[in-house]
Amino acid sequence: MLLLHLIYYVMNKQQNETGLTMLPGQLEPVRVGRRLFLRYAGAFAAGGAILASCKEGEENPTTVMAPVDLGTGDVGILNYAFALEQLEAAFYTQVVAKPYTGMTDAEKAILTDIRDHEIIHREFFKAAIPAASRIGDLVPNFSSINFSDRASVLGTAKAFEDLGVAAYNGAGTLITDVNYLALAGKIVSVEARHAAAIRDLLNPKSADFAGDDVVAPTTGLDAATPPSAVLPTAQKYVRTPITATNLPK
Amino acid sequence: MNLFNLIADIEKADPEVSERFNFYSRRNLLKFGSNLLAAGIPTVVAGSLNQAFAQTTSAPSQAAIDTANFALTLEYLEDEFYRTGLATAGLVPASDLAVINQISKHETAHVNLLKTTLGAAAIAKPTFKFPAGTFSTYATFLATARALEDTGVQAYKGQVGTLVNDKLILQTALQIHSVEARHASEVRRMMGMKGWVSDPTQTTFTQAGVSLKTLPNVTGITDDNFRGAFDEPLTKQQVMAIAASFL
Repeated sequence: MLLLHLIYYVMNKQQNETGLTMLPGQLEPVRVGRRLFLRYAGAFAAGGAILASCKEGEENPTTVMAPVDLGTGDVGILNYAFALEQLEAAFYTQVVAKPYTGMTDAEKAILTDIRDHEIIHREFFKAAIPAASRIGDLVPNFSSINFSDRASVLGTAKAFEDLGVAAYNGAGTLITDVNYLALAGKIVSVEARHAAAIRDLLNPKSADFAGDDVVAPTTGLDAATPPSAVLPTAQKYVRTPITATNLPK
Repeated sequence: MNLFNLIADIEKADPEVSERFNFYSRRNLLKFGSNLLAAGIPTVVAGSLNQAFAQTTSAPSQAAIDTANFALTLEYLEDEFYRTGLATAGLVPASDLAVINQISKHETAHVNLLKTTLGAAAIAKPTFKFPAGTFSTYATFLATARALEDTGVQAYKGQVGTLVNDKLILQTALQIHSVEARHASEVRRMMGMKGWVSDPTQTTFTQAGVSLKTLPNVTGITDDNFRGAFDEPLTKQQVMAIAASFL
């Protein structure tokens, strides 16, 4: 870890020397790969003024948003997890704040627990990832979700939880630090517990809690999906462009 | 005899061997087996190595084999438990059959998968003894199921460290681990519990050096949810102490 810190210190210093670490319109610095940064620098010179006047969450498809790059190595994988946890936490925060029609007390209790778990995960990653290499706060895009409709909300929750499980399962072998691997293990099973509970709310006491659509019936294995396949799905719910070309493969 | 090391030695002597392992699909197992037979290696080994080499060129370590056998022991136990429960007349109510059948199906699949992965290195199924009354009432059966599933999740989690350099077995373990967590969540909820774990004896709230309760934006979150947000592992020794009542 010491070595990593050193590397980030040097990278950070190099970026500071360009004088452009803080991008225009950003509430906090957004780290982008040096290559990417150079590619986008021109666009920002023109787009900065628009971005600065754009309120968070406002739909404006013509706005150029600062992309975030997840980075490299184990920290890249932690950023990947941080991105997914940001998405889940934002979703459940809205679900609990604005309950769908007919939400029962039991459902609200479950969704509140899940919201709290996801907020803890998000804040944990935010604190655990060295600030110099951590991605910024993502802006969600939940325009495809009808938050007043139970089926839409629980269907999205199921998709997010299954995606989260498959993402952690698909990233485990990309992690080299055994402590980070153990940490991912502590979180993925919580996501799997969520997934089963949400699936059971949709189709109670059926085989769906670990249905054949997600657990292969012949091997009994849950899905494992690499970042390259998870991110396009996640991106549909995030306005901030996410790039992951430097993640371990 | 360490089978995987033996094959690793063969690989060193014949660099093309892993490519050939890749080439032979499981369908070609017989042909593959006969080739190995000519080399003095029993056919039964072929299945596991065929699969292992199809995905990685480095053979599993002895530690990884031991871990996979540890997992296999737990899966044997779970598999026998659910099959016995389902075979006990009047035990599982019709309303819960779909769930218990699905869990049982997965445990059988896990046994078969681990046996295939380990090949000749797989241990034989131990003879289990279930505590008196395990199958007498559905409440006892479910309580035992919960203990087995939650322990299973903790057991797999506790082994990831030993597998960090054995990607093939790590990948399999991860994908079983989350299925056990799905099972645990469902069984707990059928018992009227929350799907996630909150151990009241856990009074520290720190993960990887991060103090959870002093994080931003967590005001109002209950201790239960701080505990539930992270599933804690068990060591092999701790798991075997729990499993001892079944052995």
